[in-house]
Amino acid sequence: MAAAGESPEVLFWVGCAGSFDQRAQKITKAFALILEKVGIRFAILGNEESCNGDPARRAGNEFLFQMMAYGNIQTLNNYGIKKIVTTCPHCFNIFKNEYPVLGGHYEVIHHTQLLQQLIDEGRIKMKEGNAFKGKRITYHDSCYLGRANNIYEAPRKVLQALDTELVEMKHCRSRGMCCGAGGAQMWKEEEKGHIRINAARVKEAEATGASLIVSNCPYCMTMLSDGVKANGREEDLQVLDIAELVAQSME
Amino acid sequence: MHIIQQVLFILLFIIAVYLFTRKVRQIRRNIFLGKSKNIQDHKRERWRNVLLLAFGQKKMFRNWIPAILHFFVYAGFIIINIEILEIILDGLTGTHRMFSPLLGPLYNVLIGCFEILAILVIFGCAVFLIRRNILRVKRFQQREMTRWPKSDANYILIMEIILMLLFLTMNTTDRELQLRHIVHYTQTGPFWISALLAPLFGQAHTGTLIGLERGAWWLHITGVLFFLNYLPYSKHFHIILAFPNSYYADLEPKGKMDNMPEIEHEVHLMFEPPPPDNTATEPPPPGRFGAKDVPDLNWKNLMDAYTCTECGRCTAACPASQTGKLLSPRKIMMDTRDRMEEIGEQINKNGKFEGDGKSLLYDYITPEELWACTTCNACVEECPVSINPLDIILQLRRTMVMDDAKAPAEWNAMFGNIENNRAPWKFSPEERDKWREDV
Ligand code: SF4
Ligand code: SF4
Repeated sequence: MAAAGESPEVLFWVGCAGSFDQRAQKITKAFALILEKVGIRFAILGNEESCNGDPARRAGNEFLFQMMAYGNIQTLNNYGIKKIVTTCPHCFNIFKNEYPVLGGHYEVIHHTQLLQQLIDEGRIKMKEGNAFKGKRITYHDSCYLGRANNIYEAPRKVLQALDTELVEMKHCRSRGMCCGAGGAQMWKEEEKGHIRINAARVKEAEATGASLIVSNCPYCMTMLSDGVKANGREEDLQVLDIAELVAQSME
Repeated sequence: MHIIQQVLFILLFIIAVYLFTRKVRQIRRNIFLGKSKNIQDHKRERWRNVLLLAFGQKKMFRNWIPAILHFFVYAGFIIINIEILEIILDGLTGTHRMFSPLLGPLYNVLIGCFEILAILVIFGCAVFLIRRNILRVKRFQQREMTRWPKSDANYILIMEIILMLLFLTMNTTDRELQLRHIVHYTQTGPFWISALLAPLFGQAHTGTLIGLERGAWWLHITGVLFFLNYLPYSKHFHIILAFPNSYYADLEPKGKMDNMPEIEHEVHLMFEPPPPDNTATEPPPPGRFGAKDVPDLNWKNLMDAYTCTECGRCTAACPASQTGKLLSPRKIMMDTRDRMEEIGEQINKNGKFEGDGKSLLYDYITPEELWACTTCNACVEECPVSINPLDIILQLRRTMVMDDAKAPAEWNAMFGNIENNRAPWKFSPEERDKWREDV
């Protein structure tokens, strides 16, 4: 981007999971495809992007967090970035809430919010008879989009536009149950208990009778997919990111 | 006779108020053992929270049945206490029902309302006792709900029922005495509930009735003054602290973690070292990172601990607790309070706290509990009195990781990856945009 010398409308912050995790890469690709189709000029930082420091900070390693934040803010400010969109609620939360006091001020939106906007503006239109029309699905509120930032409606509006049959889980919206990955849990074995958190959450999803769990976070994606496997429901219970639904259904 | 009663009452009242104030001042002192935190902004929004969360009990209504019952008990208890004012003034001046001539017929409406509320309080408390002891609702049975917290809750409920029964007995016997035109019993006319109950005492001796009325009056007010002094030792202190705690509740998005400016500063120095002659302005070396013991937390964390009503809504919503891990956000708050009381005891004895070889982290809260937290904020969301257990968990983690180098091995590996590869996994930074190859 630096070389091209043009100024993008928005920076797509891909995030570590979105860059390296094989499953999450598909979300990244789906979202990039949507941006291209809609004709939004976006940039990525490529190998100049670094971990935003969320797992380090939440694990208690403030030093490492501050180092990553310092580097990222330097990079973003050097490029004069004004607006960031990200497919990861953890990145979203850090940029929106925690970088400003460190000198990083950006307009930050989560991809579910951008998708809702684009649908509202008529820039994304769904195909006649899209694959998810009438399908019984359930939606998993990630903690960092939901409780952490009170975003519950934008993703649901996107699902409405897809004409799906949304069945809520027992715990949803501000009561949503965590997938088990936040707070750096993603990088360690769970403590001793009687069931894994992701398996417990997938059970709630199973109880809705849905054949598809929709997520908005690459970590939830990993945890829920593992939970589906652990509960032996691989055959008939799918997990997809909201961006994947839209990418498959838009004209 | 009246003079003796009056003198006794004045003595009792002075002692009760003295003891209560002394304990409250100790609690205040304990809370301010914590670090300073400046919370002065957004006054309007804060008062709104006091109205909605404390007076309106908005969060309680996430769960209707306990919310309504709790509202009876809360409203009943607060409103009936207007009656206490009259009782205290009567006690101090030797009068009887001094508000009756002042308020006229309004007095009967008022007391009538109080009587209805008293019935609702008795009903609410009875259902709560059943929920705790017979239905054994899960959130009241967890590990940290040991003997004292369980009995504490039961004592309060039983005390409230007794106080309300005494209040009704007092009014009922009073009514019957009025009907018999006994001197000193001001003619107030009937009250709604006690008037219906008065015939129960139709056969009783006047002497017995006066004994009952005086007995109920004295037991009631003594009970109330005892209750007042029980509060600060109990989870029931929330009826006072819920108000300031709602005022000082965090207004930022829940996802936002507190910054550590001292570390921010050090990292800046690392990247942009100051010119070498600039040593004069170097800040003093930082103390402990995060929190290990109660004085390392901030005063809001400590006020949270005294506000906690041990209801367990946080723990019931915690994904770690739900799946059988040791972590329970309620226990975090109870431990913090217990440790604070322990330190407070030593200050009461020695005038200061010089350390006792113990700390909140390790002696009360174990690493295994702290590692299990997913920072999901469910506990913060659920708490009806604006307590933030997560904030304490994160501060304790900081000490464990940065001061005591006790992070789990897997986390150390993750830290290493971030440091070396700028990603929490072992991938080369060069591969960051590999996903584009097949777009
Ligand atoms: S933030 Fe931590 S303690 Fe609170 S509910 Fe979530 S996992 Fe439990
Ligand atoms: S922290 Fe709040 S929700 Fe948890 S037990 Fe205490 S009062 Fe109840």
